[in-house]
This record gives sequence, C-alpha cells and structure tokens, in this order.
Amino acid sequence: MATTVRLPFETDIYELEDLLLKLELETDGQPDPTEKIRRIRKELAQLRKHKYSNLSPWETVLVSRHPDRPQTMDYVKLVLDEFVELHGDRAFGDDRALRSGFAQMDDQRFLLVGHQKGHTLNERRECMYGCAHPEGYRKAIKNMRLAAKYKLPIVSLIDTPGAFPGIGSEERGVAQLIATALLEMSQLPTPIICVVIGEGGSGGALGIGIGDKVAILEHAYYSVISPEGCAGILWKVANEQTKPLAAAALKFTARDLAKFGIVDEVLPEPLGGAHRDPKGMAATLKSYLARSLRELQSKNTSELLDARYAKFRNMGEYQKMQPAPTTQVVA
Amino acid sequence: MPASDPEPSLAFSGRPKRGVPEGLWLKCPKCKSTIFRKEAENRFNVCPECEHHFYLPAADRIRQLLDADSFEEWFNDIIPVDPLGFHDRISYRDRIDLEQAKTQMPDASVVGRGYIRGRGVVVGITDFAFMAGSMGSVVGEKLTLAAEEATRLSLPLIFVSGSGGGARMQEGIFSLMQMAKISAALARYDKSGGLYISILTNPTMGGVAASFAMQGDISLAEPGALIGFAGKRTIWNTVRIELPEGFQTSEFLLQHGFLDRIVHRKNLRTEVARIIDFCEK
Repeated sequence: MATTVRLPFETDIYELEDLLLKLELETDGQPDPTEKIRRIRKELAQLRKHKYSNLSPWETVLVSRHPDRPQTMDYVKLVLDEFVELHGDRAFGDDRALRSGFAQMDDQRFLLVGHQKGHTLNERRECMYGCAHPEGYRKAIKNMRLAAKYKLPIVSLIDTPGAFPGIGSEERGVAQLIATALLEMSQLPTPIICVVIGEGGSGGALGIGIGDKVAILEHAYYSVISPEGCAGILWKVANEQTKPLAAAALKFTARDLAKFGIVDEVLPEPLGGAHRDPKGMAATLKSYLARSLRELQSKNTSELLDARYAKFRNMGEYQKMQPAPTTQVVA
Repeated sequence: MPASDPEPSLAFSGRPKRGVPEGLWLKCPKCKSTIFRKEAENRFNVCPECEHHFYLPAADRIRQLLDADSFEEWFNDIIPVDPLGFHDRISYRDRIDLEQAKTQMPDASVVGRGYIRGRGVVVGITDFAFMAGSMGSVVGEKLTLAAEEATRLSLPLIFVSGSGGGARMQEGIFSLMQMAKISAALARYDKSGGLYISILTNPTMGGVAASFAMQGDISLAEPGALIGFAGKRTIWNTVRIELPEGFQTSEFLLQHGFLDRIVHRKNLRTEVARIIDFCEK
C-alpha cells in the first residue's frame, strides 16, 4: 500500500515499490508476472522484513508518529460495532484530543477512552495533535467512574506526544487532573485494559494508563519524556544527531518495555508498520481486547484490585544497601 | 515527564547548594539585598527583606517542621541503581556518585516518622539538591513505603515536595511508573481514612506535580514557589509563548483554585498541626 508520508529510513523500500508498480503497470493484463516482477516482490518482502525487525529506537518513534498510522477513531470504525461518544467534561469543554464513549464489540461492551491526534491538518488542529488539556482528563475520569458504576470494563488506547504544554492547560490544572486520574484509575472497581497504540508520551499517556493489563503495539513507544525533550536537556540541543541518541538511551521500545515487565504483551504489527495495513492491525487489536476482556471479567473485584495494586507496586529498580559494620557504601 | 527547566532560580547562586553556604553575608536572588547569614537562618531561611523562601535542605526542613529530635528516619538503606544503563554526556552511575558526594544523601528523598507539636506523623521529603529532587525508583519506593506505613499505623501523612526535575529521565519508564505506584498507595491510604497533607515548595514540577504533590486532602504551598506541569522551555518549544509574570507560582495556583492555602514557612508547623486537629477522628 502506498503511503502519503515516506519515512527517511525506508528509501530502499520505496524505490523498490516504485519500480514494482511501474513494472506491474507495464505488464498489466498479462496472466503471469514476469520473472523480474517475481524477483522484486521477493526482494521487497525480504527488505521490509529485515528493516522492520531491526528498527532503531528513533526509527520506531518515526513509525509510531506516521500520519497514516491508525488512531483511536480508526479503531472505532474498524473494531467496534457501535460507539456512543460522550463528549463533555461538565466543567469546561469537549477536549477533542481525548475521546470517550460506550463501545460495543461483538457481544462485549465496554467504555472506551483514547487519544486522537487526527490525520488531516484540520483534524490535527482540532485535536491539538493528540495533546489533551485538563478537560480531556476530567472527561475521562467522569466517564470511567460511570463505567465502574455499571461494571462496564474500560479500554484505554494511548497515543499522545504528551499532555498539552501551554498557558490554558496550566491555568486549568493539567497536573492536578492527571494526578486525580492516577488516583482514580488505581481504584476503579472494574477491569481496565490499556494499549499503547502509537506514542506513549509521559504523564499525558499515564493519565489514562493505569490498568489491569497494559499492552503495546510492536512499533509504539512509551517514555517518561520525548526524545526531543530529553535531548534538549541532557545533550543541550535537540537535533538530528542527539534525538536518536536520546531515543536509544531511554530504552522505550516495546521490546525493552516487555523485558522490563512494564507491559504484559507486545501486539505484532503488520509488516512495515500498522499504517501499511490498518485492517490487519485492527484484527490483532480486536482479538487481544476480546481475549483480555473475557479473562479479566472472570475475576472478582477485590482480586482484580489487589492484582492491579501489586502490578504497579512492583515497578521500580533499586538496591537495598547491605548493612556494613566497618565501611559504609554510601555516606 | 520531567519539566525541562532542571535548574530554576535557587537559593544563593546558580547552583543548588545544601543549606546556607559558608560566609557571613549572602545575596538574596530575588531582591538582591545583602543579608546577614545568621539572620536568614534565624528566619527559617527566608529573606528578611523580601520574604523570598530560600531552598531548604531536607535535614533543615525536618528540624523546622518536626519537634526537636523526634524524627526517626526510615528506609535510608534503599539506594539507586542504573536500570537502563543510561548514558548521556556522562553515565547515570557517575552522576549518582557525584550527586551523592555533593549532597551526602543516597538519593533525593528522606522519609520517616516524627512529631509535630506532639502529634505523630509520617513525613516524606524530596530534596532539590539531589538531581533537582527528581523522582526515580528510590524516591518512588520510599514515598510508597511511607504511605503504606502511614496506612498501617493510622498516622497523618505529610509529603513536602521540592522537585524541579519531575520524573527522573535517567531511569526512563521506571520513573514514570513511580507516579502510578505512589498514586496507588495514596489511594489506598485515602480509602483507609488517612489524612494526607501535601506541602509544595519551590520548585514542584512535571511528574511530581502530576502525581503525589497534587493528591493531598490538603494542598499547601510556600509563597512564591514555582509549581506546574510543563516547564517554561517545554511550553516555549511547543507553542512559542512567553509566559506572563508570575505564571506557575503558588499565588497563581491559589488564584486558579489548585491550592488550599499559601503558608509562610515560619507558620507551617502551626498550620499543619491545626489541620491535623480539625481532621482528627
């Protein structure tokens, strides 16, 4: 599938694709593809496979930000049978960067919350590029409480560069609303499934990110800070040299997070990334959600909440200093 | 989400220092007055001319807030590791060593139990001097343990935050998850009926602001503290807006409804004790 935006590290792939398309057009109507076409197809498949099984962390970031990558509202169309959006936060407005509503998927019902970045320029402006304001988190909290009241499970799709950094966002207490969301989500008496579908940008991601299960798509990332932000602080300048360095240092790829025990599962993406085959990606996501919902709904609430507490309680790496009678390890 | 201003205006010079540095005289970074050091110390490390609240090390905070010699430190055997093998211009390992040597602290937090005018409390403090008071696994674990102990002992809980760095990026995703971990512990503490008083001091930013610092039953702040989510630089880089005077200060937050009270350092002890009495069961 041809994409509108070409990633810089895929030059070889695009060249072959263009060549293949040209040849296929030339030989249009012939019953059998020529030897050359067969060879290029094979080469292309190998090249894609090689590239995408060895993406660098920075390349992963680029894939996760690809404008054609499926977003929450794409999955709404591809995965759900019905979606009843609930717009308001009952205090300030309707944050288009964070969507929420009742969802029906086959015989399963749940409440969906998810970031939306938008695909076209107008959509992106409306959605603030997926950066939610305090009202987005307030809306999410309100709807998640409602879900818990009726024992509806919650599915959270995370895809944000971060919560919106700006004057209005600060004036209306973005830190406060994320803090409140964290308190709430750790205690909501209903199953919560979180999937990082694109960018897991720090507090803005975690603000809808506490759940009984946390999964991530193969080429998504989840980080305490954006590679740009990290490069700007630790390397003093964010440029084409330092951003990849920061991306590598932060160890935020799906593979790393699985190794660290931060995510429970990595959902494989279609070859070449989710944007190459949104339907294929949606099918994988759907089967994961169906399976996880069934699994979590068989648990009773106190069991669920204890396991959720233990899950996050165990995160963190530190050492216990050995009592040293003669020399102290740390002054 | 670390705020991107790792070193906001601190006490006496550009560099964070522990306590009032040596020397008889000081210059206030706010009003530029020359102050007799002893006088500042006698006034809770507050400028006698302009009431600017200087940086206060954790040890001095404990002395000011708690009854004399009542503090029993807990969990100070928990020390940082380098889970990512993080390396920027210097390695995180080396950075930890440098910060430990500079501050004589194992990491950025101190927790324990003490008394405020005879009332038993559990206290946790983040100290700006150690890596800008940023929250990594050690801060997360110690504050979580403190919240769990406060739950077990049914004692009021007081966290004093001074964290310019927010979540510590050198520990990557582990730092972000500390926000979730502490929040979960505080939610349980809340459910058990515990009183949590959060005291925000200069600066409280990023992931610290967006988790435990803003989860108090009562939110207090010292005057003039920088409190917010995104740092000045992050906002500039994103929306190219210069922030107005007084943006993200305690006074700004009070005005917008995100604080219960602004309390001068000299009155903190009394106010906290009073609040505990009101909330006694």
